[in-house]
Amino acid sequence: MLLSMNWIKDFVDLSGLDLVELIHRFSLSTAEVENEIYFKGKDISGIVVAEIKSVEEHPKSRKLHLLKVDIGSDELIDVVCGAPNVRVGMKTAFAKVGAQVGEITIAPRELAGYTSNGMCCGESEIGISDDNSGIMEITDDVPLGTDIKTIYDVDDIIFEVDNKSLTNRPDLWGHYGIAREFAALAGRQLKPLEVDELSVYNDLPPVDMKIEDKLCKRYSTIKVENIKRNISPVNIRIRLYYCGMRAINFLADLTNYLMLEMGQPMHAFDARKVEQIRIKRFDTGFTFRTLDGVDRNIDENTLMICNNNTPVAIAGIMGGLDSEIVEDTTTLTLESATFDAASVRKSTVRLSHRTDASMRYEKSLDPEMTVPAIGRFLYLLKKYDSDVQVVSSLTDEYAEKFPSVTLHFDQAFVDKYTGIKIDSDTIVKTLTGLGFDVTLNNCDYTVEVPSWRITKDVTMKADIIEEITRIYGYDNFEVNTTRSPLYPVRMTTVKNNEEKIKDLLVKKFNLHEVHSYVWAYKDELKELGIPVENNVRLANATNPNIEVLRNSIIPTQLCQVKSNVSYAPSFGIFEIGRVVNGLDKNNLCIENKMLAVTLFSKTDNIKNLYFRLRDILAAIAADVKHSELEFAPCHPEHSYEHPVNLNYVILDGKVIGKIGIAHPIVSKNIDKKGNVVFAEIDINLFASACDNAIIYDEPSKYPSIEYDLSMDIPQDVYFDTLKACWKQEGSRLLKSVCVVDTYDTETVHRITVRFEFSSCERTLSSVEVQEIIDKITANLAAKGVTIQSR
Amino acid sequence: MDNKILELKDEIEKRLAKISDLADLDNARISYLGKKGSITALLKGMKDLAADQKKAFGADVNQLKTFAAERIEQKNKELKEKQIEMEIKAMPKFDISSPANLDTGSYHPITLVQRQCETIFKSMGFNVEDYAEVVTDYECFESLNIPKHHPARDMQDTYYLENGQLLKSQTSAAQNAILRKYGPALINDGVPIKAIFPGRCFRNEATDACHENTFFQMEGVMVDKDISISNLIYFMKTMLSEVFQKDIKVRLRPGFFPFVEPGFELDISCLICGGTGCPSCKHSGWLELCPCGMIHPNVLREGGIDPDQYTGFAFGLGLTRLAMMKYGIKDIRDLNSGSLKSLSQFTDDE
Repeated sequence: MLLSMNWIKDFVDLSGLDLVELIHRFSLSTAEVENEIYFKGKDISGIVVAEIKSVEEHPKSRKLHLLKVDIGSDELIDVVCGAPNVRVGMKTAFAKVGAQVGEITIAPRELAGYTSNGMCCGESEIGISDDNSGIMEITDDVPLGTDIKTIYDVDDIIFEVDNKSLTNRPDLWGHYGIAREFAALAGRQLKPLEVDELSVYNDLPPVDMKIEDKLCKRYSTIKVENIKRNISPVNIRIRLYYCGMRAINFLADLTNYLMLEMGQPMHAFDARKVEQIRIKRFDTGFTFRTLDGVDRNIDENTLMICNNNTPVAIAGIMGGLDSEIVEDTTTLTLESATFDAASVRKSTVRLSHRTDASMRYEKSLDPEMTVPAIGRFLYLLKKYDSDVQVVSSLTDEYAEKFPSVTLHFDQAFVDKYTGIKIDSDTIVKTLTGLGFDVTLNNCDYTVEVPSWRITKDVTMKADIIEEITRIYGYDNFEVNTTRSPLYPVRMTTVKNNEEKIKDLLVKKFNLHEVHSYVWAYKDELKELGIPVENNVRLANATNPNIEVLRNSIIPTQLCQVKSNVSYAPSFGIFEIGRVVNGLDKNNLCIENKMLAVTLFSKTDNIKNLYFRLRDILAAIAADVKHSELEFAPCHPEHSYEHPVNLNYVILDGKVIGKIGIAHPIVSKNIDKKGNVVFAEIDINLFASACDNAIIYDEPSKYPSIEYDLSMDIPQDVYFDTLKACWKQEGSRLLKSVCVVDTYDTETVHRITVRFEFSSCERTLSSVEVQEIIDKITANLAAKGVTIQSR
Repeated sequence: MDNKILELKDEIEKRLAKISDLADLDNARISYLGKKGSITALLKGMKDLAADQKKAFGADVNQLKTFAAERIEQKNKELKEKQIEMEIKAMPKFDISSPANLDTGSYHPITLVQRQCETIFKSMGFNVEDYAEVVTDYECFESLNIPKHHPARDMQDTYYLENGQLLKSQTSAAQNAILRKYGPALINDGVPIKAIFPGRCFRNEATDACHENTFFQMEGVMVDKDISISNLIYFMKTMLSEVFQKDIKVRLRPGFFPFVEPGFELDISCLICGGTGCPSCKHSGWLELCPCGMIHPNVLREGGIDPDQYTGFAFGLGLTRLAMMKYGIKDIRDLNSGSLKSLSQFTDDE
């Protein structure tokens, strides 16, 4: 919202103050001011009122005229002018030689053979409107030669407040409310509004008006006749223009002026068209043409202002074309009303039509304002069009009042909330300045909240703190740490494990952490040949590509791998992110936090890549949980899973995830030559597994005995089975087992296993070691393993 | 002196002079000083000498033995030095300027910034909490004093799911749960509630270089008796100064958020221009960074905490924005792109 400093100064004397500094304080205490401040009229000087005394055609140009203008000095001035609207006797704005008009400094100038000693200016050239149709016509009765700046408010400081920062302040949607803030900030008095006394019309007949819907909170109206003025006074037009509105006609301008001044939207109906005002909704929808000429679909939820049964305006949003003020309107019915804020907002959304009026109504306007606004309107109307006649009494239906708000609090409350000392004088002065009625009894405050703040903004004592502190200034706060007692901070296991896993994956395995989205990207998955699986859907996705939440991170990662194939011949990515796996019995999403890892390689064969991933998982379990993982074959459930080598990942006997190879179709779609393996682990399940404490195993002082066995393993016998063969012996002397060599051909799968035996009490004899080995070999033989050699 | 001794001495000198490797030297040592060596043999032969000759001969042989041992040792030293010298000479000169093989992994920049923030807050006694991404209307709005008709609940801002839940549009959605989790310890044992909860948030909007539908925030709350606005400013200023590793100028402006009262917009002096004004701060010298405020009494009450006894502050720091500012990331979409050309640059930043 654009604000005029001149307008604000109508209501508060700010003389002697640095206005720019004050605007800055307003930004820190009330609402955000956009950075750029406009100094209107700064580049305008030396423009005076002049009368055109003669007009001659330019002999060489069709457009140009040769004028003689009178600026009240002894001699007439010769001017060459291209404007189409020049005529003898017309008064206009004339830039003398030496004048400044925007970037131009006026000097005598040759125009097609004639010298022009100045320039007649249009309003757009002076910057007071966007009218560039001709030179300005001055109708005010002022002496020729008068500097226009002395009669018109060309000079002004305009600043813009971010509308978003006014959402909770319905009282700040007009200059008067803003002026109240400036008065409080500057410690000056806010002047009362000059209004027309409405009680004198009490004996006149009322307007036929009835609220028939509770969405209208208050409707005030009055009827005025004999309106003669058509064009607004220049200063009104300038203010509207500076504040971003176009002048239309006197009555429409005046309603807009009132809205910008008091924040109260008003509507002027042509009284010929509106005789029986009814405010209601209709049972069925229909089309309604608003005054901007657009046909709009009105539904049964939209509140309408009607002339009996004929809709004439969308309540709080926009008037209708048929009842608008036109050239020959002399009688008006004025609307000053408040409507249910939520209803106006919803109608605005439905109609996709936000107006200056609806923007204000959405904020919950103060219904107390409707009548003073009429008083103010009539005051201004009479000021500029003295013959008007009020022909009705003020007709006012106040359907629903906001309850008054009185707040009680004490000094200790303020001290506690602020953490600093703000003395009672400051508090009383601040609140009084903002329109609160304050009574201070010892340390106890009783505060009556003004009507313009109770509609949504100040309803409880915590709200009062803001009023006190923002005017006090946050920059003036003494900053203190708390006096709260200290307690140790404990990370949750999940958080703890997550961080360790990230470190391991990055530092030890050189993987790259990536982020992605929580939904499935249909198009990208389609490129890989992965259909989007059924899952919880977004109800209001605007992008048809992202309708379904993902149930696994893996498909996302396969897409990411594809988009990175040119990054390096081999790389790995991981993410700790969330997935949704359907709904539970309470119809709530089952959300799981997963670790997903995907490795890609054009150089490693699939077996090496697969085992690299297996080792990564094993390392995570070993490092974070001091545990060993187990694996068990798993049937594929998803199209991207290769049916072979898909395994469950098991920790502590619980399935916590999966490891597998990308399905050949998907893999080929990613890269013809690349191999892709993936794993996904439920982080919460992982974290819930027991973290085995480190138990120190003192190295033996006695020498250990190593014993190597080479064995040929039949197909389908897994290492786990072999492990069972030596674990079965349960010998405390067997300290470690490791595979030292493998040998594979088409027919033979041979491994060499090194057993290490030792005791903490003595040197072992080869005989007792041989006894254990014999038992192990017997167990192995039972599983079909052939021992090759020692 | 016995001729034999003199000859032997002469021979040793000549032989050693010729030796050029350690193995020959060892052979030589054995042939003189070994069990069957010629000097050892001389000593053994002493038993046949007359008693009067024994003494002088013995002394001579011992002298020879010492001589031989010393010369061999000396030769040994020389050869070893020579060998080391040769090894040094044999070492090829490497091109240290050749490209390093940096196969390092990388963290997501959000992880880095999040960790920094977490470390700071942990050091000030804040717990780190985690929270779901799919939440209920109650969690995201109702418990946060956002009434039914508030614009923040409009369909166009929030991703709703078909079951009526929604993707949380703000980390504040966890506030109620956090208050309920730590509230009993506050009420019963006087343990202040101090928690931060970083998390992902979602807004149903079109994406461009400055807008994302998925982004990270970090919410923080502190509740105790007598928590004040002054405390809030202190924590904000301290945190931001730690994050940016310099004394940060902050300012508070009134800001409206239904879940705080009073609510603030916190600005920091522009990091690029230092406050003099530049395109990054739209020439204002300030960057809007962190909405914050005193927790609204209704929110405390909804979390089971009596607002007449306790006060608290809350803030919502835009982690995504912070990461972008810290690393100079211009396009917000880079963060979720999964592009390793972008992301692999963030190796570590502790």
